[in-house]
Amino acid sequence: MSASLADDRLAQATQLQLTWWRFCRHKLALVSLFIVAAFYLVAIFADFLAIADPHATDARRSYIPPQGIHLFDTNGFAPHVSGMAGKRDLKTFKLVYVPDPARVLPVTLFAHGYSYNLLGFIPTDIHLIGLATPQPIDGIFLLGTDQLGRDLFSRLIVATRVSLSIGLVGVGMSLVLGILLGGVSGLYGGLVDTLIQRVIEVVRSIPTIPLWMGLAAALPNTWSVTQVYFAITLIISLVSWPELARVVRGRFLALREEDFVIAAELSGAGQFRIILRHMLPSFTSHIIAATSLALPAMIVSETSLSFLGLGLRPPAISWGILLQDAQNVQVLAGAPWLLITAIPVSLVILSFNFLGDGLRDAADPYG
Amino acid sequence: MLIYIGRRLVIAMVTCVAISMLTFVIIRLPPGDFVDAYIANLAASGSSVSADQAEAMRHEYGLDRPVYVQYGLWMNRVVNGDFGVSMMWRRPVTEVIGDRLWLTMAVSFAALFLTWMIALPIGIYSAVRQYSIGDYVATMLGFIGLSIPNFLLALILMYTGFRYFGLSIGGLFSAEYAQAPWSAAKAWDLAKHLPLPACVLALAGTAQLIRIMRANLLDELRKPYVVTARAKGLTESRTVLKYPVRAALNPFASSIAYLFPYLVSGSIIVSLVLGLPTVGPLLLQALVAQDMYLAGTIVLLLGIMTVVGTLVSDLLLMWIEPRLRLTGRS
Repeated sequence: MSASLADDRLAQATQLQLTWWRFCRHKLALVSLFIVAAFYLVAIFADFLAIADPHATDARRSYIPPQGIHLFDTNGFAPHVSGMAGKRDLKTFKLVYVPDPARVLPVTLFAHGYSYNLLGFIPTDIHLIGLATPQPIDGIFLLGTDQLGRDLFSRLIVATRVSLSIGLVGVGMSLVLGILLGGVSGLYGGLVDTLIQRVIEVVRSIPTIPLWMGLAAALPNTWSVTQVYFAITLIISLVSWPELARVVRGRFLALREEDFVIAAELSGAGQFRIILRHMLPSFTSHIIAATSLALPAMIVSETSLSFLGLGLRPPAISWGILLQDAQNVQVLAGAPWLLITAIPVSLVILSFNFLGDGLRDAADPYG
Repeated sequence: MLIYIGRRLVIAMVTCVAISMLTFVIIRLPPGDFVDAYIANLAASGSSVSADQAEAMRHEYGLDRPVYVQYGLWMNRVVNGDFGVSMMWRRPVTEVIGDRLWLTMAVSFAALFLTWMIALPIGIYSAVRQYSIGDYVATMLGFIGLSIPNFLLALILMYTGFRYFGLSIGGLFSAEYAQAPWSAAKAWDLAKHLPLPACVLALAGTAQLIRIMRANLLDELRKPYVVTARAKGLTESRTVLKYPVRAALNPFASSIAYLFPYLVSGSIIVSLVLGLPTVGPLLLQALVAQDMYLAGTIVLLLGIMTVVGTLVSDLLLMWIEPRLRLTGRS
């Protein structure tokens, strides 16, 4: 009885439901979906989550090590952090910061901090957490500070927005190129197909990083942060469209022979209508899967370029720019927390890979 | 078969020409030329160059001619083995690059070799013992390899080595061999330094290859001929290794075609982190200083070497895969 019920459910399910059920069977992909979603939420509400102004420098708090928030004091629940006191290390003569338990700085939720526009249009200065009474030098340094005394946690949060959005914009661009060229290639075949396939072969056999470096180094120094951002996105997407074009072409070739396409042709549907109405819906899922597999590559590309100093330039903040500070082993030995950016980078890439894997399996729920 | 080889050769040639054009475009892109950069450099240090002198320099380097003429002149000399003079170092480009190009290739090939050496046995093991603990460990390691960009891995290794073992990992030679002429001892020194950068580079590719190998072999193992082989009483190792592994190797070989460009470009950035004497750091310097002949030559040579590497892998594939030889004939 129950078996036939399940069969009924299966028989009546729409393609979207089938895809979703298949996707849910890939547990890692499901978890990854939530992680990716969480990252994008952080990106959207970056300023709200940031504690300190990510651009605010202060020489008096350079290289402060990460500190935790103490939830309780002797009287019960009272979240606070300790003030930091600078001390000379008598061996290396470097200034090191140690927490000073005597100075208790209370922490509250929805504290007032630097002003920003929530979602881009609501001016506010409320942040998720902050000191109850803002101090000029003291702060909450969950992940420590960099050489210029900027709060690493806030910078990391804001960098997430730049790094994740550059991936999306880049994928958008290469999607347009890929669908256009792949579609033309698969639809018309013949000489056009051969030509586009050769172009793809050529693009794929060029080592990407030297090429990117060349293109990125050619951007004028005078360009604004936004101009550089779009230029870098364009450069990255230039190299990643072949993979998408390959997927689209493959689907076109496979679908061209399908009965329903021939039926549509015979009933007099125009070519444009056949593509948009009949073919496209049956391979959107494949495109989505290919896209989610292309995203991590984009994010790595941006990170690598900015890491080399050829990508985004300060004052822009991205993961690559944060890692640039960690290039030097001597600096790292003194301030290992600068390497923390590696964790979100790896986590996002891993999640996107699992997500793409799951989507690829789910793209063809009848298989 | 000859047609197939011929087609590959033509594609490789076209790719090389495309790379040379792209290279030239890249070099021509920045506003201003080397002379501008040179003058700015001099101005920063206090001396100045007159307009006449600047013009003379432009003429000397051919910068006052139309772009396609410059490209033609450049290509003409490149074909004759003259890559021009590095404006930054004031020495012939070939001399500046020196051993660096070969060292880049050595690192990339070592990484490729390592990728195969690791991925092949692990891939076979993962497929034969599907869902065993070893399979899960391999899959996990594979995903970690996939998720950590190789320059980050290099950074983490450098830090760990420095912090916990007091070692400075990096470089390709010990201090005493860095400037020494080539000898057996220097080559041995290189061989001792190669594994670490090769490992760092190989990790991501290995992860991919393990997955490909595992999937391919799993497909093969389910085919009836394997059952027949078992039924005939072949030993397990022979059943697996004799035919299924060989059949599963084909896509394995074809994956070099895109693995190799990937490794070469990875080696650039890893070299920068690990301070390897490859073309990576040189390319970055040249690009920043807009030293067009040097940067152009590096990008061009890297591209061409990659194409040659890909071509070799294609021919190798043809040797392994008889079906390709046959389809090439028709």
